Amino acid sequence: MLLALLVLALIAIVLATPIVVRSVVRWRNRRAARTTAAGPLDLDLYDPGRERRAEQRARELLRSCVNAEEWAMYRDLGFIRVAGRHVRRESDRAGGPAYAYLVYPHKPIVAYVPGSGQLLSEYCVEFPDLAGGGARGRLPASDDVLAKWMALTSDEDRVIRRANMHLVGRQLDPARLRRDLWRLAEWERRRQRWREVPQSRR
Amino acid sequence: MKPGHGEVLLAEGDPRVREEEERLVEEFRRQLDEGMWAAVPTTHPGSGRREARMVKSYADIPPDAERVIFFPRASGG
Repeated sequence: MLLALLVLALIAIVLATPIVVRSVVRWRNRRAARTTAAGPLDLDLYDPGRERRAEQRARELLRSCVNAEEWAMYRDLGFIRVAGRHVRRESDRAGGPAYAYLVYPHKPIVAYVPGSGQLLSEYCVEFPDLAGGGARGRLPASDDVLAKWMALTSDEDRVIRRANMHLVGRQLDPARLRRDLWRLAEWERRRQRWREVPQSRR
Repeated sequence: MKPGHGEVLLAEGDPRVREEEERLVEEFRRQLDEGMWAAVPTTHPGSGRREARMVKSYADIPPDAERVIFFPRASGG
């Protein structure tokens, strides 16, 4: 009886061996294919830290390009003021700029008159991904500010020509812009007071 | 500046070394051919004001420039 059971078990093992071998080979092939096709770093998964790291690098780059006051302005207020280059008369060059721009990240550039605070116009400009990166294909916020800053300080006419000009209020709330101008004036007053305080009393 | 990524180092080298300068020129041309704008951050000698200088050819790059920044060209938004 025992001998018969052993013989039956042996026959079953012999018959099942090719099936088991084929299954193991198929499983190994599938695993190898998965490994070579896409390693853990090749998976196109959303990396929530990538944009944060890109923005951090962008802030460092912006800081290294603009002057200390402009950097402090961006850090504290969230925008940078860039002086306009053109003047109505040569004698105006001695004073402050006749007009200036407020540069926000991913928002239109706003032209205004520093002396009166009068808002002039919005210039809608963007720096699109030429490779067509879709929704993720836009510059980090600080890179967008730096691109506008570089374009305005190097070739103001060209960037203004390329921009779509609108009256103030199309994309940005004029009340918010006036509040930002007030914040800027307060910020400059505070910095001026701080500069006037002797080093020994700081 | 690369949309979606931020700052990416494209090439670096000493322009006084011929092979390295060739590599820099090649990368410069490639970026401009792809439609990027190139600018060099500078400091105005008189006022000390920081500004950028747009460069349209490799020869336009000031000899003392430490870097050239490429960024997508502006278009109406």
